[in-house]
Amino acid sequence: MKVAVVKYNAGNIFSVVHALKRMGVEPLLTDSEVELRSADRVIFPGQGEASNAMNYLRERGLDRVIPSLTQPVLGICIGQQLMCRHSEEGDTDCLGIFDAEVKRFQPVKHEDKIPHMGWNSIQNCQIQNSKSSLFKGLDGEFVYFVHSFYVPVCKETAAVTNYIHPFSAAMQKDNFFATQFHPEKSGEVGQQILRNFLEL
Amino acid sequence: MLAKRIIPCLDVKDGQTVKGTNFLQLRQAGDPVELGKIYSQQGADELVFLDITASHEGRKTFTDMVQKVAAEIDIPFTVGGGISELRDVDRMLSAGADKISINSAALRRPELIDEIVSHFGSQVCVVAIDAQQSLPEKEGEEGTWTCYLNGGRIPTDRNLFDWAKEVNDRGAGEILFTSMNHDGVKQGFANEALARLASFLTIPVIASGGAGKMEDFRDVFAQGHADAALAASVFHFGQISIPELKTYLRKEKINVRI
Repeated sequence: MKVAVVKYNAGNIFSVVHALKRMGVEPLLTDSEVELRSADRVIFPGQGEASNAMNYLRERGLDRVIPSLTQPVLGICIGQQLMCRHSEEGDTDCLGIFDAEVKRFQPVKHEDKIPHMGWNSIQNCQIQNSKSSLFKGLDGEFVYFVHSFYVPVCKETAAVTNYIHPFSAAMQKDNFFATQFHPEKSGEVGQQILRNFLEL
Repeated sequence: MLAKRIIPCLDVKDGQTVKGTNFLQLRQAGDPVELGKIYSQQGADELVFLDITASHEGRKTFTDMVQKVAAEIDIPFTVGGGISELRDVDRMLSAGADKISINSAALRRPELIDEIVSHFGSQVCVVAIDAQQSLPEKEGEEGTWTCYLNGGRIPTDRNLFDWAKEVNDRGAGEILFTSMNHDGVKQGFANEALARLASFLTIPVIASGGAGKMEDFRDVFAQGHADAALAASVFHFGQISIPELKTYLRKEKINVRI
């Protein structure tokens, strides 16, 4: 299986490469349209700031390529946020795959610390009332988050986590999947999610 | 709900863990990567690797170790020890660390915190604070908490609470507070000071120093309001096993990842 990881100016890309290698998959790190289109799976990972990331993707035409991919695509963390319509971070127009607006967490109580960082549980792992295939065999497990912006719960939500209020821990639409958490840093549960994605 | 974290800390010198272990009959008890992997499988939520090497060659070995940890371990990890400038941070993050911790360098030049935050984001910047509480001058009063440099060897004129506030306001992601009064004593964490920190800080606090029994972990979360608890020898010497600890904490109504 050919797995491509989108190469762009976001941090933390290597951790997903390592995770795939641990599963016996040798991924290709690339920003080439041809390579991305010919892959069996595309992973769009990262950690970073939305407007810088979108500028980089636009300069390379990837803002056009990613939404038109037809194989299974998995966005991770900022990847999920960039797959939405717009982000409050830097007032950025994003890829528009998911019809959602990315918002900044606003603390309500003193205990509400930003970023939301650490292990939190994923609930209600389903999309349109049926189990999301990304979470086969999973529900209620803890996964690892680091983020200050979130996607509200919407019709494309595939898993919910509660921090300050419920938000989209994962999203799904057609061949596009995304997680706000980091499966590559989420121990065995995370590995199961990546395996589910590869076995879709 | 966000889980409270349990963090084993490994001291590394010349690529080998310094404190031995007498559990699990490890073939390579000194290999930090193998040890980290076992902790990860047992349910540790994060790992901290502290480089206590002084030599240049040792630093290189440590960077190699960080690369191996990043390749083989699938939970977040922090590295610290000897990080004094942006270049060191970049080297550790490029090797695959999720977070770095700085201590003396931040006390000597607090702007380092701002620089790390603006280059790499606040989530990577853990500021470690070693502090000691003096004996009270009069009965009924509280002793003063003073920050120390160089692994607790050199006192500064900084007060713990003032420094923690400054660290918070400069944008650090977390504070790792070690009470020198409690460290190694195994009679519980500095819960009063921790609760006071939690009352005014807006970033998470990792409590360190004093873990001796499972009840100490319950108390550091319930009374000290810590977000995470770090310990070394109780885990390394098998006095407390992480799976047992987490089962116990959950029974005590502390939200932990199992």
